[in-house]
Amino acid sequence: MSDLRELYQEVILDHTKKPRNKRVIADATGQSHGVNPLCGDKATVYVKVEDGRVVDVSFDGQGCSISTASASMMTEAVRGKTAAEVETLFERFHALVTAPSDQAGQNAAPELGKLAVFSGVCEFPVRVKCASLPWHTLKAALTGDDAVSTE
Amino acid sequence: MSAPVPAPSVAPAGLALDVAALRAEFPVLRQRVHGKPLVFLDSAASAQKPQVVIDAERRCYEEYYANIHRGVHKLSQLSTEAYEGAREDVRRFIGAASTKEVIFTRGTTESINLVAQAWGRKNVGPGDEVLITALEHHSNIVPWQMLCEERHAKLKVAPIDDRGVVILEEFEKQLSVRTKMCAFSHVSNALGTVNPVKQMTAMAKKRGAVVLVDGAQAMPRIPLDVQDVGCDFYAFSGHKAYGPSGIGVLWGRRELLQAMPPWQGGGDMILSVSFGKTLYNELPYKFEAGTPNIAGGIALGAAIRWLESKGMERILAHEDAVLRYGTQQLLKVPGLTLVGTSPEKAGVLSFVLAGIHPHDIGQVLDAEGVAIRTGHHCAQPVMDRFGIPATARASLGVYNTNEDLDALVRALGKVREMFG
Repeated sequence: MSDLRELYQEVILDHTKKPRNKRVIADATGQSHGVNPLCGDKATVYVKVEDGRVVDVSFDGQGCSISTASASMMTEAVRGKTAAEVETLFERFHALVTAPSDQAGQNAAPELGKLAVFSGVCEFPVRVKCASLPWHTLKAALTGDDAVSTE
Repeated sequence: MSAPVPAPSVAPAGLALDVAALRAEFPVLRQRVHGKPLVFLDSAASAQKPQVVIDAERRCYEEYYANIHRGVHKLSQLSTEAYEGAREDVRRFIGAASTKEVIFTRGTTESINLVAQAWGRKNVGPGDEVLITALEHHSNIVPWQMLCEERHAKLKVAPIDDRGVVILEEFEKQLSVRTKMCAFSHVSNALGTVNPVKQMTAMAKKRGAVVLVDGAQAMPRIPLDVQDVGCDFYAFSGHKAYGPSGIGVLWGRRELLQAMPPWQGGGDMILSVSFGKTLYNELPYKFEAGTPNIAGGIALGAAIRWLESKGMERILAHEDAVLRYGTQQLLKVPGLTLVGTSPEKAGVLSFVLAGIHPHDIGQVLDAEGVAIRTGHHCAQPVMDRFGIPATARASLGVYNTNEDLDALVRALGKVREMFG
């Protein structure tokens, strides 16, 4: 195994300990509840869309460091984006965390920006669901599904 | 060649287990993981296999494998003899009256489903009740839920207290003349609680219920005599008892098994078949349709003889000492809370660390070579009872030592370094 620090990068630990946008949006235009039954992670994602763009997004719930940091960094990354742009970003993110482990981080799309710190996840297949749960939940919140599960 | 059915060996009395020698019998324990010596603390999920078990399965395939109960040829006879020899090993080990009461299944889950379907559909009707406890594994919940839904019966659950102990007064209160089946585990996989199965069985029998005990965790840890327990069915798996996966046992009282309809239809479970009528085979074959896990059954026999050669009393004493030591050491870890603090406990140390998700604990421990399980342990209602999403669970096998628990505690220090 490569160093555990590949997975638990400083940026990820920082977002784990001090998650951003961990709050409820009272006037959200969409929200969804995501669960990862395998490890018991639960996340509710709130989103507020105006004129087709995400103007506010937040999350609440309990999860491991990877799912918490992923949710936290996701809320920072998608603000101002359209649903279609969020979808594209999720696709890039998903490709990043599911890459063959010998290609970890090699093909990180430039638009991922800070999210590239999740490149280490691909070497830990059981953690892929942790990293992607907030994204699945956001996608559901944007399309009007009120619940998702990684199973 | 002679039939590969060795005589059971009996452990010399009075001597403590030579754990260093015993560990050397497990090839998998010799490795390093991520550059660290493997510390395997996940035997409640599945135990590792000693060389004699690996050899028994290999010998079967290399030397005498053929289908059983069918051929007149030599290999079929040898395989049949070895497979039926394993059934006798099981019978002796659990104290059953007859090998007719020992049914080979795929494991505990299949054993419980067999009873829920073959016995349950015939004996549980609208308005009847099935009583389980709040510390059951999903495999001792869901088959009963399915039965109750199908038969319009009611599933009742006896509660546990904050230590994870079944509240016996409540358990007794929930029993009624409508309780047709009472099913509970001998040892909880998520909490380690050892249930007073003899007492609980007596309570349930007094109300006329049939009793099934889920022995998946208990069978490899606690000396067992099913007749002394007094239950009607006892289920366990080979793979938690140092044997192969894909093989397990349902023991049942002969008169109950005889009155039950067959479960699955097919070969081996019949005496004669015509398109007009099929005559079912006698016990235990009535419940063993199709070609079974032959080598797995034979290797389970080897695992049981291996357990007997070590001595179940000595295994229990050793694991209990390590469990007590581990409990003391874990309680010194800052922020650690044990989940499951029954005074009667076996095999399992479930815990949470303040502010650190079990998944992260497991990941850092893995990097230190320490294998534990994290999650809900197929016991979500237990997690709900304690208001937590998951726990980290270190569980013991006969090969674990105090040093393994020291390694766990050291590795938990690394977890706190990273996330504290």
